[in-house]
Amino acid sequence: MILRVLFQIGLLLLLPPLLLGVVNRVKAIAAGRKGPPILQLYFDLAKLLRKGAVYSRTTTWVFRAGPAVGLAAIVTAGTMLPVAGQPAIVSFAGDFVLFAYLLALARFATALAALDTGSSFEGMGAAREVSFASMAEPALFLVLVVMARATGSLSLSGMLGPGLAAAWRAAAPALLLSAIALFVVALAENSRIPVDDPNTHLELTMIHEVMVLDHSGPDLAFILYGASLKFFLFGALLVRLVADVRMTGFWAAEGAFVVELLGFSILVGLVESAMARLRLTRVPQMLVGASVLSVFALVLLLR
Amino acid sequence: MTASLALLAAALATASGLPGLALRGRPVLGQRLSAGLLCLAAAIGIGAALPVLAGAPASTIHLPWTQPLASLSIRLDALSALFLLPILAVPALGAVYGLGYWPQEELGARAIRLQLWFGVVTGSMAVVCLAGNALLFLFAWEVMALGGFFLVRSEPDRRDAQKASWVYLAAAHVGTFAIFAFFAAVGGARGSFDFSAWSGLPARGAAAGWLALLALVGFGLKAGLVPLHFWLPGAHAAAPSHVSALMSGVLLKTGIYGLFRTASFFEPPPASWGAVLMVLGAVSGVLGVALALAQHDLKRLLAYHSVENIGIITLGMGIAMLGRARGEPGLVLLGFAGAALHVVNHALFKSLLFLGAGSVQHATGTRDIERLGGLARAMPFTAGLFLVGAAAISGLPPLNGFVSEWFVALGALRALELPLLDRASFAVLVLPVLGLIGALAAACFVKVQGTVFLGNPRTPDAARAGESPRLMLLPMAVLAAACAAIGMLPALVVAPLARGAAAWSGMPVSSFAVPAQAATVSATWVTGVAFVLVAAVTALWLLRRRLGAGVAGETWGCGYAYPTPRMAYTGSSFAQILTQGFRWVLFPRIRFSPPRGLFPSGARFHTESREAVLDLALLPAVRDYITASSWVRRLIAGRLHLQALLVLATLIAMLAWRLLWW
Repeated sequence: MILRVLFQIGLLLLLPPLLLGVVNRVKAIAAGRKGPPILQLYFDLAKLLRKGAVYSRTTTWVFRAGPAVGLAAIVTAGTMLPVAGQPAIVSFAGDFVLFAYLLALARFATALAALDTGSSFEGMGAAREVSFASMAEPALFLVLVVMARATGSLSLSGMLGPGLAAAWRAAAPALLLSAIALFVVALAENSRIPVDDPNTHLELTMIHEVMVLDHSGPDLAFILYGASLKFFLFGALLVRLVADVRMTGFWAAEGAFVVELLGFSILVGLVESAMARLRLTRVPQMLVGASVLSVFALVLLLR
Repeated sequence: MTASLALLAAALATASGLPGLALRGRPVLGQRLSAGLLCLAAAIGIGAALPVLAGAPASTIHLPWTQPLASLSIRLDALSALFLLPILAVPALGAVYGLGYWPQEELGARAIRLQLWFGVVTGSMAVVCLAGNALLFLFAWEVMALGGFFLVRSEPDRRDAQKASWVYLAAAHVGTFAIFAFFAAVGGARGSFDFSAWSGLPARGAAAGWLALLALVGFGLKAGLVPLHFWLPGAHAAAPSHVSALMSGVLLKTGIYGLFRTASFFEPPPASWGAVLMVLGAVSGVLGVALALAQHDLKRLLAYHSVENIGIITLGMGIAMLGRARGEPGLVLLGFAGAALHVVNHALFKSLLFLGAGSVQHATGTRDIERLGGLARAMPFTAGLFLVGAAAISGLPPLNGFVSEWFVALGALRALELPLLDRASFAVLVLPVLGLIGALAAACFVKVQGTVFLGNPRTPDAARAGESPRLMLLPMAVLAAACAAIGMLPALVVAPLARGAAAWSGMPVSSFAVPAQAATVSATWVTGVAFVLVAAVTALWLLRRRLGAGVAGETWGCGYAYPTPRMAYTGSSFAQILTQGFRWVLFPRIRFSPPRGLFPSGARFHTESREAVLDLALLPAVRDYITASSWVRRLIAGRLHLQALLVLATLIAMLAWRLLWW
C-alpha cells in the first residue's frame, strides 16, 4: 500500500517533464525536424539548478518568492489529483474548488513576480495571463460541475473514480461536451498553441514565457518544472475523463495511465503543429466558447 | 446577562469620543483614551458575543420607553453576535490606526469631531444589531446614517467629500424611507413593533412580495447592491482611510444584517426569493469587480470591491434562502455560513486594505495608482500586509477569503443533490460565477499590488515615501493575522455559524448536525492542505536559499539599457483587456490625442470610468426635475395665495382619488 502511494507520488513528481519532451518531439517530427531529445527538460532543469541567478535591481522579495510559491501551490494541488483512478492522497467534498484556487494562487504569485521587474513586457504578459485566466476559470468550474452532477460525487477522486463508467452510459453527450471544453481550458491554462506559443522569441506576442523573462537559474527551473506539473495535472484530468480504461491490477492500471498521458501529449503536439496561434483578441472568444459548451452540457444534465 | 454586556459595549463605544473632547488641552492623552475606550468596548462586546456563539441561549432585555409603540428591547442571539464581532473589532483597530493617521495633536477640532462621530456610528451600529424593536432599530439606523454623513465630511474643505456626503445622505434617507414603510406595514398588521411579535409573516402572495421588495431596496441601498451602489464609491473614497475601513468594512454589513433579520420574520419563502438574491448577487459581484478594474483611484477601487464582496455575500444568502424554501438544512447551513463568514472576512481584509491605502496616501500624498510604484522598497511592512489583504480578497488559499467563498461554492454544489428535475438545481451556476468573480478580483489585485508597490517609483512623490509609524502598522498586522487564522483553521468556525444559521432560519440547531459534521470534515481537510502548502513554500524557499544568492543586474529590456519608470506597464494598461470587455457597463470617457506628424511633440491617452447609475442616470434625472420644478416655483414665488391654492388643489385631488378609486 505504502509502496503504491509512493509510486504515485513519484509518478506525479517525475513524469511531467517527459510529457513536454514528447510534445516537443511530436512538433519537431511534424515540422520535419529532428528535434531535441525527449528528456531535454530534465537536462535543462538539472543545468538550471546548478547555475547562478541574476536579479534585477528593481526587484524585491516578491520576485524571489514567486517561483517558490507558484511551484508549491501546483504541487499541493497535485495531492488532490487521482492518479490512474486510484483515490488521491487528499480527497474531500469540494476539493476541486481548492484545486482550482491553488492553481489561481500559482498564477497570482507568478504575475506579481513579473510586475516586480518593472518591465513593460512582463507587465503585458501578466495582464494577458490574468485576463485570459479569468475567462478560463468559469469554463473550468462548469466542466467540474458537469462531472460532479454526472457522477454524483463532489470530490475529484469520486468524479474520476469507479462511478465514471456509469456516468458515461447515462450522460455521454454532456460529458463529451465538457471534455472538449476541458481540452480548450487545458490548452489555455498551459500556454499552448492556439492561445500562446511556448517557443516564440518575440516578447510582444508572448503570454506565459514573457512573464518569466527575468527569472534565471534555479528560479527558472522551479517555473519550468511547475509548468510541466500543471500540464500533467490537466492531462491527467482529461485522460481519466475521456479514456476510462479499467485494467485489473494496480500496475496495469498505472501503465495504461502513463500510456494515456503520452497519448495526450502527442495530441497536444499535433494540435500545436496543425494550428497557428490565434490573434490575442480571438482568445477570449475561444474561452467563452468553452464556457458556453459546458453550460450546454449542464443544461443537458439538469434540464 | 450577555445582552446587558453588549449594551454596555454599545454605550461605551458611543461615548468613546468624549475623552478627546474633554482633554482638549492634552490631545495625545485624550485621543489615546478615546481609542482605549473603543478597544475596551470591543473587548466587552466580543466577550458578550462569543458565549452566545458557543451555545449560550439568546439573551434579551425588555424595558419600556416613553415613545409611543416603542420599547427598549435588546436581544442578543447568534445572528446578532456574528455581526457584532466585526462591528466592534474593526472600529477599535481603526481608532488605534487613527492615533498615527489622524493625530488630534495636529488636527485639533477636526480630529475631535471625527472621534466623536466615529464612536457614535460604532455604538449605533451595535444597537442596530441588538435592537429587538422596530422603532429602536430605526432610531439607531438614523443615528448611524447621520453619523456616517459627518464622517464622510471629516475634511469639509474637500469638494469631492462635500459632493459625496450629500449623495450619501440622500441615498441613506431613501433607504430609511423604504425600511420605514416596511416596518410601518408589518407593525400595523401585527399591532406591535417588537420583532418578537413579527415571526411567521406569510411569504406567499403579492403583499409579501411588495414587503420583501421594500426591505430589499431599503437594506440593499445600505449594502450597496448593484444598481443601488451609486453612493458608495464616492463616499468611501472621500472619507479618511480609517473611516473608509469602518464604512466599507462594517457599515455596509448593517444592510446585510437587515436583510437577514427581515428574512427571518417570514415563513419559509418561495424559491424565487432565493433566485432573485442569487441574480442580484451575481450582478453585483461581476459588475463590482469590473468597475473596480477600471479605477485609477486606489480607494475608489477598493470601494468598488466592496460592491463585489456584497455580491458574494448575497449569493450565499440566496442559497440559504433556497434551502429554507426547499427545507434543506444543508443548503441553509452552507449558504448562511458562506454569507455570514464572508461578512466577517470582508470586514477583516477590506479594513486591512483601506488602512494600507491610507498608509500609502499618508506617505505619498496621492491615491492615484498611476503616480505610485516601487513602494515595497520604502514601505516593506505596509506592502507585505497589503499583499496579505490582496490575496485574501482574491479568495486565494490559505487565507480567509477562500474559506467563505468555498462555503458558498459547497452550498451551490449541494443544490445538485436536490431531487431530479428541480429547477432549483440551477443554483449550481453560482459556482462558475464565483470562479469568474474570484479570477477577476485576483486580476484586479495583481494590478493594484503591482502598480502601487512593485517596480520602480513613477513620480518623485512615490520615491520619497517612508514606512508608516508602528501605531498604523499594528492594527494592520492584527487584521492580517486574523485573515490567516481563519484561513488556516476553518473547521473552528463551523459550529458558531451553524448556531447563527439556526437563529436565522428558525430550524433547530440539531437539524444542522449532519451537514455541519460534513462541513467540518471538509474544513479539516482544507486545514491539512493549507499546512502542506505552507510547508511546501517553506521547503522550496529554503532549497532556493541553499542554491545560491545570485547577482544583481538590470531588468531585461530587449537589450535597451536605460529603462525609465515611464516605460513600465501602467495599471490602466494592465486592466485594458478586461475593461475593454466590460465597456458596455463602464461607459469610459476617453481623451486621446495621438502623435501627429514626422516629429510628434506629444501625445496623450486618458480614460476615466464613470459611475453609470449616478452620473448617467440619477444626476441628469434630478437636474431635469429641478429645472421642471423651478418653472412652478417661478410661478408661485412670493405669492402666498397661489401657494395656498396649490396645496388646496392637491388635497382635493387626493380626496377625489380616495373617494373614486380606492
